[in-house]
Order: sequence, then C-alpha cells, then structure tokens
Amino acid sequence: MATIRRAGASRPGTPAPENPATSSDLVARARSGDKRSIARLLTIVENDEPEAADAMRALYPDTGRAQIVGITGPPGGGKSTLVNRLAAAFRERASHVAIVAVDPSSPFSGGAILGDRIRMRERFLDEGIFIRSMASRGHTGGLARATVRVVNVLDALGTDVVLVETVGVGQEEVDVIRVADTVCLVTVPGLGDDIQAIKAGILEIADVLVVNKADRPGADETARDLAQMLSLAKDRPWKTPIIRTSAQTGEGLPQLLDAIAKHRSWSLSSGEHEDRRRAAARAEVEALLREALLRELEGRVGAARLNAAVARVAERSIDPYAAVEELLRR
Amino acid sequence: MKRPIRVVVAKAGLDGHDRGAKVVARALRDAGMEVIYTGVHQTPEQVVETALQEDADAIGVSLLSGAHNYIFPRINELMKEKGLDDVLLFGGGIIPEADWPGLRKVGVERVFPPGASLEEITTYVRAAVPKKRGVEV
Repeated sequence: MATIRRAGASRPGTPAPENPATSSDLVARARSGDKRSIARLLTIVENDEPEAADAMRALYPDTGRAQIVGITGPPGGGKSTLVNRLAAAFRERASHVAIVAVDPSSPFSGGAILGDRIRMRERFLDEGIFIRSMASRGHTGGLARATVRVVNVLDALGTDVVLVETVGVGQEEVDVIRVADTVCLVTVPGLGDDIQAIKAGILEIADVLVVNKADRPGADETARDLAQMLSLAKDRPWKTPIIRTSAQTGEGLPQLLDAIAKHRSWSLSSGEHEDRRRAAARAEVEALLREALLRELEGRVGAARLNAAVARVAERSIDPYAAVEELLRR
Repeated sequence: MKRPIRVVVAKAGLDGHDRGAKVVARALRDAGMEVIYTGVHQTPEQVVETALQEDADAIGVSLLSGAHNYIFPRINELMKEKGLDDVLLFGGGIIPEADWPGLRKVGVERVFPPGASLEEITTYVRAAVPKKRGVEV
C-alpha cells in the first residue's frame, strides 16, 4: 500500500479506517502516505464539502513546493499519451509524481466519461505515481473549478511534480496558466493555416510549443507557422521553443523535458515564477470571493423574488437590467 | 450532500471485447455519473488501484472470457486489503447464472447478464451506492 508521501510508509495489508472522523485525522493519514485518505481528501476539496476549508487551512502552508507542468491542446492531439511519457520520465528523478487529468462533463446529464487513464496504464502500479481524473463539471476554462485545490493538496502532501492535463481545448481555454509553472501546448499537424497561429488566446499562454505526431505529413509546415507566429511577438523575455515529438514512440521527449527544465530555471530566476504564483493566488481568492458573495446574495434575494423577477422579464413587462436593479434593492 | 457518483468501468482479463463496457459507461454518463474508463486487459491490481486513487463509489467489471471465478475473488481480496469496504462491486458479461451465488460470496453484489437493460443497471447503481457508502449522494 501507500504512498505519495516520502518513502517508508509502506504498510501492506493495513486496513484503511472507515469514515474518517474529522478532517484533521484525514489530513494526518494522508500526510503519512495513506492513499485512501489522499483520495478522500481530493474528493472533499473537489466537491467543496464542509471539511474542505479546514483541510485546506491545514495543508496550504505546505503548498508551493511542487513543480507543476500544464499540458493543454486540442482534443486527440496526444496529450494523455504525452503525459504518460512525461510521468515516466519525471519519475526517473523524482520520487512522487501526480497526474491530474480533466475531461469534460456532459452539459445535459452532468455525467462524464473520464478516459485519460486509458493511455496511462503502464503507470497504474507505479507506487510513486498518483493519478486522479476530474470532470470539468460545467467549468469552461479547460480545467474544473476545483483543479487548483486538487493540485494544492497533492503539492502539500509532498508530490514533487504534478502534471495537469486540461480537457481538449479550442482557442480560449486558458485557465491552466493559473495552475501551472510551465504550460506546454500540444498541437498536431493539419489543424489550420498560419492565420490560426496568430490569433489571440491559447497560443499566447504556451511556454513550450509541442508539435506532436511529428511523423505525420504537415509537421514541418505546422512548426514553421508557429515559428513565424513567435517571430512576430517582439520583446518577449522568454523565447518559446518549438519541440517536435511523437508521444507514441517517445521521439522528442528528451528535448521536451529539456525545454521544460529550461523554462523552469528561467522562470525562477527572472521573477516570472513569483509573478505567476501571485496572479494565481489573486485569481483563486477572487473566485472564492465571487462564489461566497453570490451565495450570500442568493440567500438575500431569495428564490421566490428571483423567480418572480424572471417571470416578469420573460413576459417582457420589465427588462433584465431593471430586474437586477430591483433585486439588488432590498 | 449532492455530488456525482463516480464509477470505475473496467474490462478485466484477456478478452478485448469492450463494446458492452462502453455502452454501459455511456449509459452511466447519461445518468449523470462520472465514469472512469480504463480500457481493456486490466489486471485486478490495476482495477483496484484505479478505484483507490479515484475514490470511486463503485467498480463495474465486464468479463466475457470465463475468467470471472478467478478475477472477481482477486479483486475482492485486493479491495479488502486496501480498505475499499464501502465500494460497490458489480459485474456484467458472459457469466453463467450458476456462478452468481459463488460470486456474491466474494463481494460481487450483482451480475448483469446479456440482455440486462441499461435502465436496470443505472437504477441499480444509483440505489446501491448510497447504501454501500452510508451517505446520501
């Protein structure tokens, strides 16, 4: 059994305690490397259960130590396969690696198929790798709302490297920048011309550009388009490298690891790392604040008043702006 | 507490026919559950480790190879070892009815034979998980 924590916590056959009494017990057991407790803790923060705030209070001081690498890009680009390779490579020098993989929730049923593990099967029984799948649960930025919290917990429990895989993204899902120290954008040949490459959004957040499936036709053109796009961006202190990989065969992986390491050391020495973490902290506090204010406001307005206002807007006897003004007046 | 039920759907053993497992996974998704799908050729160790890390509420194993009398007892043993006592284990596929009582003894709470309706499966999981977990979901 065990462990995402430091080695030595191996206790085969020890039954995990049922229904942990308090979150502090749970945190203690998670710290000792009990995987069941770690998994439970992740569930608690994912669902924002009542114990989540206490658990986070206990763990937060220990966050900020892990290296967090984000992997984003369009669906089917090979993100999971690449993450599988990266996890194995990081494990060669780190004792604890975690993967947090996000897949979309159905907008209709709220259910989800979380299938990233299919590509990570060789890693399932590596005691030093912990994999957690998350559904986006209606959040649209490429991650789930709770992904930051899940990463924080894993970080606090002593994980050395956390790989965060986003849902398959389009052009605008850039939340991963709020979680990761280094963002790898995985694209593939044949997705579009050079105009796609100069559009705003996702390409701007890439610290490392990966052209995966580089053995396919069109890889040269894709790499060239990306290089041209990058040459238009003047005065960027970090020169975003373009790495060609084949996640399937592992080709280009050493170069990718090298690029990630270079970005990390640049980021640490240039102050970028600090800036980014500060921006992430702001984003998280603001998001929590918004949620809290919204809950409070909902309580104050009340469902009955809200429904009445909505009904009047629907029958056009009042406009939406006026409805909001009225609801905010007490 | 209101949250999606999390189910691991796995194909254990050597047969590679995962159409049924995929159809069930899809049905559970459409019933609002989060399905962790791991693909074919899973060992009992991989299945249980996945359920452990994912904090799954239930494990559904599809078997068409006839290895159920080996695979399920092993999964049950590992679940006990890892403390997954409140996780629901159910199965489906080609499993003769004569073997059901024996499987029940090793923790397989329900077996769905060919022809079982998707509605039956999703209704069952939704009702059985809260009982097993001892919480409302």
